[in-house]
Amino acid sequence: MDLDDTPEQATYRAQVRSWLDEHKSEAPILQGPGALEDEDEIVAARRAWQGKLAEGGLAGVTWPKEYGGQGLGPIEQVICNQEISRAKVPGILDAIGVGMLGPTIIAHGNEEQKSRYLPPLLHGDEVWCQLFSEPAAGSDLAAVQTRARQQDDGSWRLTGQKVWTTNAQFASYGLLLARTDADVPKHKGMTMFIVPMDAAGVTVRGLRQISGEAEFNEVFFDDVELDEGAVVGGLGNGWGTGLTTLMFERVTIGLGSEGMGYNSTRFAGAIAADEHARRDPEVRHRLGEIASELLAVRFTGYRTLTALQKGQIPGPEAGLAKVTIVSGAIKAGDLIADVVGPDALSEDSEWAYMISFLPGLKSAGGTEEILKNTVGERVLGLPPEPRLDKGIPFSELRSKEGAPA
Amino acid sequence: MNLALSDEQVFLREAARGALSRFKTLAAAREALDGEETALPDLWPTAKEAGWPGLLIDEAHGGAGLDAFDAMLVLGECGRVIAGIPLLGHLPATAILGDSSAAAELLPALATGEQRAAYLPAQPPSELDERWSTDPASGAARPPLPSASAAGDPGQAAVTGSFAFVPDAPGADLLVGVALPAPTPEGLVGKPVGVAIQADASGVSIESVTRYDATRSLGHVTLENAPATVLDAPAESLAAAWYLAQALIAAESLGSVETALDVSVAYAKERFTFGRAIGSYQAVKHSLTEVLRQLENGRSLLYYAGWARAGAPDEFPLAASAARSVGSNALDTAARTMISVHGGIGATWEHDAPLYFRRAQLSRRLLGGTGSATDRVAGELIAQADAA
Repeated sequence: MDLDDTPEQATYRAQVRSWLDEHKSEAPILQGPGALEDEDEIVAARRAWQGKLAEGGLAGVTWPKEYGGQGLGPIEQVICNQEISRAKVPGILDAIGVGMLGPTIIAHGNEEQKSRYLPPLLHGDEVWCQLFSEPAAGSDLAAVQTRARQQDDGSWRLTGQKVWTTNAQFASYGLLLARTDADVPKHKGMTMFIVPMDAAGVTVRGLRQISGEAEFNEVFFDDVELDEGAVVGGLGNGWGTGLTTLMFERVTIGLGSEGMGYNSTRFAGAIAADEHARRDPEVRHRLGEIASELLAVRFTGYRTLTALQKGQIPGPEAGLAKVTIVSGAIKAGDLIADVVGPDALSEDSEWAYMISFLPGLKSAGGTEEILKNTVGERVLGLPPEPRLDKGIPFSELRSKEGAPA
Repeated sequence: MNLALSDEQVFLREAARGALSRFKTLAAAREALDGEETALPDLWPTAKEAGWPGLLIDEAHGGAGLDAFDAMLVLGECGRVIAGIPLLGHLPATAILGDSSAAAELLPALATGEQRAAYLPAQPPSELDERWSTDPASGAARPPLPSASAAGDPGQAAVTGSFAFVPDAPGADLLVGVALPAPTPEGLVGKPVGVAIQADASGVSIESVTRYDATRSLGHVTLENAPATVLDAPAESLAAAWYLAQALIAAESLGSVETALDVSVAYAKERFTFGRAIGSYQAVKHSLTEVLRQLENGRSLLYYAGWARAGAPDEFPLAASAARSVGSNALDTAARTMISVHGGIGATWEHDAPLYFRRAQLSRRLLGGTGSATDRVAGELIAQADAA
């Protein structure tokens, strides 16, 4: 039992560290003195930095070499993330594209799509966004209503709405899950498309949240034309293709959870800074409860890494760590606000931002309820809740819900 | 990075499970509650045969030379079937002796199990409370350590004071703990020292006490000028014994959680209401998933504690206290969930659920109590923040 690098891992770490030592002066400054402020400048600078990271082999670590990656494993990806964080430089801008969408195209795209889209994605020349969730299709993703209809010439017409879309405001392309056949059961009638975000009929609107900031977007499609080559993974195979993306999402989240900044050290630091609170038995007890669970998540992460190193893929139980992190951070925000008082809620406070962000995070990547269903069924082997949508054509299902398909 | 069981550890765990499966420990636990204390099987011969008494004793002194994590695996198996084996008292005692020059004299008999030791629990100071303290016989005020007066030979002392609810004290041959040297004529109070006391020596009395869980052997230990060997174990070793005990009771609790969860899940699959298995209802499914979440968190912290004891001793107090806090809470949740998933039958005497519930309630109050372990996590983190 140890937390050490193997000799090969240590060599790789040294390699990454020396590249960062040499190039970190070229990284954009996002915080502190000299930080960029203009949104467009930040995006441009981060895209350029992603390009440099890709040239240095620090982006697409797990991508196959033929598509510009390093052909390495998840452990090397973690080492790379750790070193980037240690060097205090920004990571890649398009984590969703490189971590989830690119790998989906690698798995399901045709050769033409791979050679056209993957290199500019990896280098940050073209940013991508994930167009899966809809206002009425989140945890039940197979309920998507965005409709793609094929024309006589083979092209497609796309109409509908997506939501919770990170980076859509500056993305060049999106990977979109659409309904192509409403007369078959819902999991069977979907297809995955590549959508140019500058196409006529695409509208992106920022979606402001509790903090007042727009972390996400809504994206509207009004009779958008797509050519025949926009289909990824075959007609009617959208669900299977989408599951690949979600599998990569789980890996990406599993490997990055420590990086969310919700850890015992940070929260204990806030309490230690208050002379009275740090001696208050109730405060200490609440801190102890919260910190114990967050410490556990750190070591759950190491257990996951050990499994990955042995070639196993993290299962749905890794999702329980997300429940612990989010509920722990919510309790920590509550405790710190009790200690600091209303100043914790001033608009420029890091705690106000965290307190505002967490209620929504509870539902991100599937609601907590759905996550617990999945773990209960796939890990504990409990029987599923009876479903009323199995084997029923989507159009019929929609009319039962009182709406046209 | 390697945070997984080795082949040897898997074997150790499976062997323990196999050895304990030969006894009807749950039925015995119930009969013992009904006053049939002779119903409890004597598991010490099994422990001796398996080499568990010497788990933490180095090979030079006849032990297996294994580490805390291996001991935690064995305790986990004991917890699964609520087996009363006096390892919780024995193992921390052997750890203190192993760090002292009395090792050669005292350890060989303890390694084979020919003799049995009990650790006299003493909670080390925190950044808020500079005193060492012991568990009270009742109430919340924590008594100070017993005092040790010089007695003739420099390596000997006479110890006076008491320790309440000492795990596995009844029937132990040797008591190992911490005492505070009595004030010198100059008014100086020395640092706490380790002491080893023969249980049959003059001035030693051990009152056997049973509370709520008959499988748990406890004793109130009173010392009246009891002759003791002063141990030269360093202060870190005396403190580490407390945290080792925390990690062991955490592992034992999490073993009990495993069974409580397995049994509850099995029942949720076979019990039907309104035409479907109750485990298909979200309310039942989520409460079982919550037990799994707490169990997984606890397991991760056992790895942390197991790694930290040798790999990062500065973090061992934090790791072991966090494991204790999460493990104890997990068992409370698991036992209550076990009862509620089973419905009314889960609250009846014939069912096993009450045995896990009783184990949970008593365990939470031993060795300083779960609450003080939780508070210790905060104290360690605040101290870390100050040092950063």
